Amino acid sequence: MLRVRRLEEQCVELYSAAKIRGFLHVYIGEEAVAAGVMSTLAPDDAVVATYREHGHALLRGVSAGAILAEMYGYVEGCCRGRGGSMHLFDAATRFYGGNAIVAGGLPLAVGLALADKMSGRSRVTACFFGEGAVAEGEFHESLNLAALWQLPVLFCCENNLYAMGTALARSESQTDIALKAASYEIASWSADGMDVLAVEEAARRAVDAVRSGGGPHFLELRTYRFRAHSMFDPERYREKTEVSRWMERDPINTLRKALEDAGQLTEKDWKKIQQDVDAEVKAAVEFAEAGTLEPVEELTRFVYSERRPQ
Amino acid sequence: MKTTYREAMRAAIRDALQRDERVFLMGEDVGAYGGCFAVSLGLFEEFGPERIRDTPLSESGFVGAGIGAALGGMRPIVEIMTVNFSLLALDQLVNNAATLLHMSGGQFNVPLVIRMTTGAGRQLGAQHSHSLEGWYAHIPGLRILTPATLEDARGMLWTALEDPDPVLIFEHGTLYNVAGDLADDAGPVDISTAAVRRPGKDISLITYGGTLPAVLDAATQLAAEGIDAEVLDLRVLRPLDDAAVLGSVARTHRAVVVDEGWRSGSISAELSARITENAFFDLDAPVGRVCSAEVPLPYAKHLELAALPTAERIAAAAREAVGARG
Repeated sequence: MLRVRRLEEQCVELYSAAKIRGFLHVYIGEEAVAAGVMSTLAPDDAVVATYREHGHALLRGVSAGAILAEMYGYVEGCCRGRGGSMHLFDAATRFYGGNAIVAGGLPLAVGLALADKMSGRSRVTACFFGEGAVAEGEFHESLNLAALWQLPVLFCCENNLYAMGTALARSESQTDIALKAASYEIASWSADGMDVLAVEEAARRAVDAVRSGGGPHFLELRTYRFRAHSMFDPERYREKTEVSRWMERDPINTLRKALEDAGQLTEKDWKKIQQDVDAEVKAAVEFAEAGTLEPVEELTRFVYSERRPQ
Repeated sequence: MKTTYREAMRAAIRDALQRDERVFLMGEDVGAYGGCFAVSLGLFEEFGPERIRDTPLSESGFVGAGIGAALGGMRPIVEIMTVNFSLLALDQLVNNAATLLHMSGGQFNVPLVIRMTTGAGRQLGAQHSHSLEGWYAHIPGLRILTPATLEDARGMLWTALEDPDPVLIFEHGTLYNVAGDLADDAGPVDISTAAVRRPGKDISLITYGGTLPAVLDAATQLAAEGIDAEVLDLRVLRPLDDAAVLGSVARTHRAVVVDEGWRSGSISAELSARITENAFFDLDAPVGRVCSAEVPLPYAKHLELAALPTAERIAAAAREAVGARG
């Protein structure tokens, strides 16, 4: 979680310094969700995420350097600078983006899981999306397909209460999201998305069930975004007091305190963790700073595959 | 052997299912019903519900699932019943299928084939008569095929399945019952070139898909009048076979583009522009176009007919171009 937090803080800084451009959506406050779920996945499982996916990519195993270089627009980035902040992909870790269309990744996750089921593989596809996605038709179509065909998908709804600036209660007649999933006969439950141990426990139970042929599962992870939706968001839609109330439940502080109380984390350990993370982020910035531009002559590469049928 | 366009398409699907166990067909009513246009009739019984997979009415969901399955190593054939329903899947087609290879810096290709029925001429009214293949041809990352002959109905699918990128196949609804002879050993064909269906020296009639029969009729009429028209079947709307188009115009010095899509912003406009840009000094007359009238297609037969390119309109446009002094 601290790795994600520091990387995201660095991204904001680099955005202000105009090193990163385009849209930038940071995950600060929500780290426990990705950290808890990712820790339960196997290396050959698949992950589908959204445009707020730097943390997911990092925790899935994409290097911080490749992520930052991508945001710099350099060829050393994980997508050669073609994707940017919202479109991080990585074949080696089966990380399928990085999708800027709310709910656009859900059908892909269903298809990845369909391929696994038809091929007799016991892999899981974890699909992350915000609560804004539940208003989209693709959410309902995907849940229905996954349940109908009993596909190995773990749907992870990151409910941070606001679809950009629109509060859940202002956009949904039924605000109990787990209930919506349950209406498709999908095993579904909610967990405290500010508590990484609670997320991990819920995810482990769900992933085990999915992997052992129990069909799709759905987790609603209740969380909160501490920062603005994007770098262009003036945050007129929520009170500062609401933000500060949630910040009292900072998932990193919560875990740190729990570990200290249990005698599993000393002040020295904590300092060491911080030093390691700072060193990782510093090295990532150096890697990105040393990046190079893809030659413009390669602009039209990857529109179509270079291998053609005869 | 005697066959029809529909049967040739079915033979292609059966062949693909037999050749490659990663291939499966998915769509609305492709299974128990036998396909809305009976293309997949009998395949459900032959290959079972896993590989001839009926879907709910969830175009975005099952097209996206096709993309995901392709990413996951399968070779899906997704049938969208008609082109108008494909509008419900535009997000997946345009935002995902067409972009993933590029956005991922070459890491994730999408070997997906999507088939759909297109076109007017069957009194199906405004919402079931679109010809939007030219629209899709606007999108980089997609390959757009328009089989117009039995050979292409039989042969394009397998090559499309071998293509590492998403391929959309548009089957014109008036072609399914077209009958004729097909070689017993007919098999895969290329999906990159245009084909001359009738050689000629006086004018190039450039078309694709459902209007090919009308264009060939027009060429026959014109021949009786002493005008020798070349008929070029584009076969592929993206990427266009520029060399074939420009080569034909270089031989005939005149061109009429026939396209069932609406004229404004159409593939015919693109062809006209390319000919003008690249072969202006070969031309002895302005490039002509015969397109659909710019109305939602009406139900009444006489009105629908009045809106569509017919052999008479095509022949008239050709006469006008030939009559023009170079």
